[in-house]
Amino acid sequence: MATGNASADDTPVLEIKDLCLSYFTRAGEIPAVIDFNLTLRQGEAVGLVGESGCGKSTVAMAIMRYLGHNGSIVGGSIRFKGQDMATLSTEEMRQLRGSQIAMIYQEPMAALNPSMTIGEQLIEVPLHHEPGITVDQARERAVDMLANVKLPDPVLVMNSYPHQISGGQQQRVVIAMALLSGPSLLLLDEPTTALDVTVEAGIVELIAEIGKKFGTSMLYISHNLGLILDTCERVCVMYSGEAAEVGPIRDLFENPRHPYTHGLFNCIPTPGRDKHAHPLMPIRGQLPLPHERPPGCNFGPRCDFFEPGRCDVGQIHMQPVDAARGHAIRCARWNEIDWASHEVATKVYEPMEPGEVVLVADEMQKYYPVHDRSLAALIAGRSVRQVKANETLSFEARKGETVAIVGESGCGKSTFAKVLMGLETATGGTLVFNDDDIGDTAVRERTPAQLGSLQMVFQNPNDTLNPSMTIGSQIGRVIRKFGIEADREKIDRRVEKLLDLVKLPRDFALRRPRQLSGGQKQRVGIARAFAGDPAMVVADEPVSALDVSVSAAVTGLLMDIQRRAETTLLFISHDLGVVRYLADRVVVMYLGHIMEQGTTDEVFAPPYHPYTEALLSAVPIADTKVKKKRIILEGALPSVLDPPKGCPFHTRCPRKIGGLCEESPPPIHHTESGHSIACHIPLDELRLVEPVITTAA
Amino acid sequence: MLLLLVKRFAMMVAIMLVVSILLFLLLELDPEGVAVKVLGPYTSVEQRMLWLEQNGYNEAAWLRYIGWLGNLLQGDFGDSIKYKAPVSDILWSRLANTGILGLATFGVMIPLSLALGVLAGMREGSWLDRSISVTSIVTTSVPEFASAVLLVFLFVFHLGWLPGTSGMADGFSWIELVLPVLVLVLYDFGYVARMTRASMAEVMQTPYIRTAILKGLPYKRVIMRHALRNALIAPFTVIMLQINWLLSGVIVVEFAFSYKGFGALLLDASLNDDIFLIQACAMVAVFVAVATQTLADIGYTYLNPRIRFS
Amino acid sequence: MTAETVNASVRRQGRVRGIVTAIGLMRESIVGMIGLSLVVFWVVVALFAPLLAPYSPVANQVSFAVPGAMAPDGGTFWLGTDHLGRDILSRVIWGSRTVLTYAPIATALAYAVGIVMGAMAGYYRGWVDSVMSGFANVILSFPILVLYVVIISTFGASGLNILFAVTFASAPGIMRIVRGLVLDLRNRDYVAAAQTRGESSFYIMFVEILPNARGPLIVDACLRLGYTTITIGVLGFLGLGLPPPDPDWGGMINETRNLLMLAPHMTIVPCLAISSLVLGFNLLADGIREVSLRD
Repeated sequence: MATGNASADDTPVLEIKDLCLSYFTRAGEIPAVIDFNLTLRQGEAVGLVGESGCGKSTVAMAIMRYLGHNGSIVGGSIRFKGQDMATLSTEEMRQLRGSQIAMIYQEPMAALNPSMTIGEQLIEVPLHHEPGITVDQARERAVDMLANVKLPDPVLVMNSYPHQISGGQQQRVVIAMALLSGPSLLLLDEPTTALDVTVEAGIVELIAEIGKKFGTSMLYISHNLGLILDTCERVCVMYSGEAAEVGPIRDLFENPRHPYTHGLFNCIPTPGRDKHAHPLMPIRGQLPLPHERPPGCNFGPRCDFFEPGRCDVGQIHMQPVDAARGHAIRCARWNEIDWASHEVATKVYEPMEPGEVVLVADEMQKYYPVHDRSLAALIAGRSVRQVKANETLSFEARKGETVAIVGESGCGKSTFAKVLMGLETATGGTLVFNDDDIGDTAVRERTPAQLGSLQMVFQNPNDTLNPSMTIGSQIGRVIRKFGIEADREKIDRRVEKLLDLVKLPRDFALRRPRQLSGGQKQRVGIARAFAGDPAMVVADEPVSALDVSVSAAVTGLLMDIQRRAETTLLFISHDLGVVRYLADRVVVMYLGHIMEQGTTDEVFAPPYHPYTEALLSAVPIADTKVKKKRIILEGALPSVLDPPKGCPFHTRCPRKIGGLCEESPPPIHHTESGHSIACHIPLDELRLVEPVITTAA
Repeated sequence: MLLLLVKRFAMMVAIMLVVSILLFLLLELDPEGVAVKVLGPYTSVEQRMLWLEQNGYNEAAWLRYIGWLGNLLQGDFGDSIKYKAPVSDILWSRLANTGILGLATFGVMIPLSLALGVLAGMREGSWLDRSISVTSIVTTSVPEFASAVLLVFLFVFHLGWLPGTSGMADGFSWIELVLPVLVLVLYDFGYVARMTRASMAEVMQTPYIRTAILKGLPYKRVIMRHALRNALIAPFTVIMLQINWLLSGVIVVEFAFSYKGFGALLLDASLNDDIFLIQACAMVAVFVAVATQTLADIGYTYLNPRIRFS
Repeated sequence: MTAETVNASVRRQGRVRGIVTAIGLMRESIVGMIGLSLVVFWVVVALFAPLLAPYSPVANQVSFAVPGAMAPDGGTFWLGTDHLGRDILSRVIWGSRTVLTYAPIATALAYAVGIVMGAMAGYYRGWVDSVMSGFANVILSFPILVLYVVIISTFGASGLNILFAVTFASAPGIMRIVRGLVLDLRNRDYVAAAQTRGESSFYIMFVEILPNARGPLIVDACLRLGYTTITIGVLGFLGLGLPPPDPDWGGMINETRNLLMLAPHMTIVPCLAISSLVLGFNLLADGIREVSLRD
């Protein structure tokens, strides 16, 4: 990427010097950002990455001077185009916001006022920043800008309320709103985190275009290193309120110097990784709480290169690695670490041979009736419609195998999990588990043996455990319920064993969920699922709510237990990176249909289903060696209430061959090895497609 | 939207029907008892039988119910025992008096509580917020009958500014309305103010208010245009439901100040076992309550675009 | 000690500590502390009424006495006597016993009914919900005092009927709150986890879901206690309350308010008594809410 438009004026757009921010709570002062430096030149895009709680969003809010009543800047300065922002009055600050500095937010739906039309919300930006502009001029400008962010039918959008358009469109509206007054600086706070991956790809492309077209400087905040690679030229990695490492993106990605940056890359399932030969290496320990930070280096307690007396005294300052290129690092020992010869002993596993078939779904189908209570529907006689959540699903899973179901929101993957668990019953086909057809056996009618042999790990760590019971009693209840032990003391012993299994201290049995971190709660969730020695565990996005380093540890743990117990794991996820890393077989779903299935190697290489191809292309990859084909899907995900006829993917398919796709459902091509693709395009043609991802040597 | 109107209206009719059945069962299931109440306790069994015969009480209960409902719909509520006159002659003028009292109360209470609630919710945790909150808790804690006594003691006997009863013997008088209204407002405004405050405070925390501020809009516009429109949806419903509470409140206040309104009439009827009057008053009260509830629902839908256009 | 008894004692300690921390937290809310003090004051007064009251609440001591006047036996009527010559202080003390018996029992009964109905409506949804909500809608469409007047004028004024009326009138409101909370909580993953291990609906409703709804319900219960106190007072004031001569604050106010000009103390004292008790409940509710929102 070019270094942006050269500017005559050399003053940086944004210059943050030694910034210190604190929140003042009842417990006292809690530093949120410490000694932070960042320079942003005109037209430059800088990424700010880090795990949750590292202070990256606080930096953006400080620039906007919007820290709430209990946050304030306690040291250092922020200069915007050379001017110290601390000297600005409230009114001057107001004039700056929205016109010179604009922001794009994580949740577009929440960021827009639900009771005002989009038009109203857009035109008030120029109306309040440009004296003398008329309403008509402002409206015209807004319509133009909506066209610029590639929204179809801008006039219609102007008259809509936010809830009437899709999430991706909402984010485009927020971007248009930010650009309306031609800002010099754009702050993007996780702008695509709430969106589906194919929608995200479109937004990321748009953001990159904006940078080029308007010469806007951008501060891109994200937890996703892959996204930063796609959008920024420089990057700053934050850890626990401090910048750990900052530098040009290639230098940092190809030669990370800070042990934390290094560790972070080792936690990301990039294409080179695989669970047998190159497993992920989680960072040990956990993020310190803001009021429990260690002296010296915040990363010290988790670092392999920690040296007492040097890493745990005083304050460690940023040191230049390469001053000319702006690469700097906060590490006392950075020039003593020889990364080339540093080998961490990692366990290498033998791939497992899958055993006998445990689960067979045969044309399993799940429809939900939905009552449409609008008058139009009543008159048309369509008041009850069917949501076709799962349409004739056929696949199988074997003992000890990891089968991943992957797809975006609304694809029906979670519905399938519900039917499997008996929380819903199938409306057609069969679902045979351990030789019993359980498709229409609700959970209440299942035997304790069936219940115990099929358990689930849930997505949201804050939801998975009952807040009013201790950890021990929750695991103990499962043990009692499945009739494994009845004696109180034996149950306690078994709870301790399960806690050992998930590598949690035994005294956690007496704690309550709110005393645990997200990763620890997820571990308890895993312990609970494995309490009854299940034959199969369903994991519904078990790590998607966790930070990268925690997620790597939890994924590793899950696989470890599964391998030891030879459990079948059904892994439900939207994250192709994780899926490629840990699945043996992959099932790709779209709008309730299976589009493609096969072994992981088969699915991730041609022949692809066009949807799989687009999905693969959309996933950001944090590896500079990887080259990707760019495929951006047009349009939004269709509603499951009103799925397209013919092939469900035809409305967005870049390889659509014509009327055939709109009229008849696609045939399923099978290869000898069991790889199958549902598409009208002949298999031989699909074989000719070049791979989406190529890794340079 | 149209369907919603129809549905709400049907709901309202259904509730009224159920309530009328309940009232009928409660008060008229035992004809013997009705006769005792109408004719008095010292009548002979023969007299009562004769009265029951003449008034059609020997028919099946459901036939009587239908007849009663039919009369009700035509505005014929039967005769009051105490006043020896058709209930409808007494009821409407009393209802009008209560209407005046209610309107005056709302006229004072709504602007007051909305203003205080919005001010408090705008800056949650501020000094103003705390004092408004505590004041509203204190005023809501003093029951109407207690504040009526205390205010009469203060304004009537101690200061001598206001009259202590509101019988309006010499025709309508604003000055006699002051104390009843004051008592009702004192007891009610706190609740509405607190609801408004909660709604406003919640809205001020939302990301879209942050968006509005970070768009560089003047604070006044953020409040007036972005916050209020969303923050006043919930209080609207609360205010409409307050009419239901007010119907309870007027019973106490009218009794305390001898105001000739509907609440005093109901109480009077109840103390005198004047059953047709009780029936009529209860039906009217429930009708007012259900009608406002229906209006509240419709209004809520109208104010909320997320429901209006979906 | 065996491991089991250790565990049990740790568990018991946990519970005791829970209560201690709850009071400790309350100390951080001034408003809550004032509320708690008022409520505790009246509870103590009610509990020890026989010891605290200087005279019988129903026997007439002397006709009319201003506060501080001498009693025939040489003692002092701190708050004077009423129009029938009964000691006001003793009547207020015994009156607290009346209200603090009826209000908590009525509220508890209403809660028992409301929680069961609300939990079922929220958990089962569908027709169970429709029936329960329909019932609640009908009751709640009555202006509350109109409902009391109708019930009490049909069944007569007695302690039992007051309990019945209050339960009948409050349960639907509680049902709505519980229903809303359960509708929200039933979608949590831990409920799904309980379902997938085959727990009964009863266990899920009352062990998995309801304990997590306790925060808002405790606040509501406090407010409702205050409101029920007012209701009992109102019924007394309107002459629909407990039959005389038992001391009842609302009734005391009604009986004496015609003499307000001559002897204001007879009326004002019970007014202050009931207001302070209700204020106590309301402030306590606010304090609990404030503290529970903090953590």
